[in-house]
Amino acid sequence: MIAAIRVFGYSLFAIFIGLLFMGIGRKIIARIQLRLGPPFYQAFLDVGKLFARKSITHNFVMDLGMIMSLAGLLSTMLFVPVAGHMAIKTSSNLILIIYLMAIGHLGMAMAAAASGNPNATIGVSRALTMMLGYEIPFFTVMLGLIIFNGTSSLELIAQSQAGGILNWNMVKFPLGFLAAEIALQAIMGEKPFDAMVAPAEIASGPMVELGGKYLGLAFLTHAVSIFVETGIMVNLFMGGASNVFTFVLKQFEIYLITILIEAVFPRFRIEQAVKFLWTVPMSIAVVQLAIILL
Amino acid sequence: MEDLKANDKRSYIDNLIDFFRKRSIWMLHYCTGCGAVELPPSMTSRWDIERFGIVPMATPRQADVLLVTGYVSLKTLKRIIKIYEQMPEPKWVLAFGSCTVNGGIYWDSYNTITNLAEYIPVDITVSGCMPRPEAVIDALQTLMEMIQSGEGGAYKKYKENYEYYKKNQDRVLRKTAPILGSSETESIYQEKEGNYET
Repeated sequence: MIAAIRVFGYSLFAIFIGLLFMGIGRKIIARIQLRLGPPFYQAFLDVGKLFARKSITHNFVMDLGMIMSLAGLLSTMLFVPVAGHMAIKTSSNLILIIYLMAIGHLGMAMAAAASGNPNATIGVSRALTMMLGYEIPFFTVMLGLIIFNGTSSLELIAQSQAGGILNWNMVKFPLGFLAAEIALQAIMGEKPFDAMVAPAEIASGPMVELGGKYLGLAFLTHAVSIFVETGIMVNLFMGGASNVFTFVLKQFEIYLITILIEAVFPRFRIEQAVKFLWTVPMSIAVVQLAIILL
Repeated sequence: MEDLKANDKRSYIDNLIDFFRKRSIWMLHYCTGCGAVELPPSMTSRWDIERFGIVPMATPRQADVLLVTGYVSLKTLKRIIKIYEQMPEPKWVLAFGSCTVNGGIYWDSYNTITNLAEYIPVDITVSGCMPRPEAVIDALQTLMEMIQSGEGGAYKKYKENYEYYKKNQDRVLRKTAPILGSSETESIYQEKEGNYET
């Protein structure tokens, strides 16, 4: 019972932080483009409106896919240590997190494919191709950290960096951080790696047939994914945190880098993006791995 | 009159939902005619309608407001009706300029409709030829007030008076049937030819 309440509380917290980040991100992009921008709580208004709308479904696979997408990311979130706390007391294993994170994407792929819209199919195929692109450099960096620390527990990796900014993996392994940061841009689906969404070409890709509550679920999924991905980066490279407030602040720093890159870049075509991810961040990650191993 | 009675009974939940709807209007601009060119300036840094939570959307499923930005030819009307019916409720329609009210300079064209409100319910028509971004923002703010006060319900009229709208649509869309070959559209509109007078 207590575990269920904890899981529910952590999920609400992750959704809240993710939506807050989304709103602040839109505001920052607007300020960069010399606009006033929406209020920072705009994402909450959007989600409130979407859940109050009538929605159109195509079949039950679409319903299940959307719920699977959100559930996959929420279950990933349970294994990401937030300032030493976790919803379920386990040794938060990096490999488990990587496997669970894919479920979110697969659920979205299922929902989009069930709608039968060609734009959605193109978007899903691009998203899965992009997954091939970013996972290889990101996992190479992770492999280096796992070898260096001798453990695949995210919590222990975070603890090993305790005691000041000089102990952070970000400072110890700057090349690895750079490669992971480029890969993170693709994981989050922000520009220049947003070929799977691309509103101007394929009408927002996987989201093309989602309206009302389905789009609301997609919003919540995106919010949780922001929380999970920035959370992993904070634990891997910024030494976790001693309290929740510091943790969220560090997460926001990671998100801010992503948003600043997003605001000024145009979009790669999908094959350019995969080629870029397999050459530039990949070679940086391999150099970092070689430095760790030697 | 019924609407006014309904307003008295509005609960806090209704007011809250209307507040969300008002502050997060997503628009689908169907770029007909010359009005579409007024939208990029109103979205970018000079007029910036994103401060009211108004953003452009890519598909009818995600959009709340359909902007019809100029004269509507018969083939365009067919698409506009399809798009309008694909949008989930609640939905609103903004018609730009004089072309959508009386045909504008195309008033005697054989291929252009003169009054959009005969074919789909229009919530607000924006005056001007074409309306400047200020007028667009004014119209969108009027729409926000209408949503908050519970007035913007033209989409309900479409369901209640579907016969009227369908009759008008069929009357003009029959002209768009292809002359050569027999397509699906042709057969649909030829069957109904006897029922309505032009």
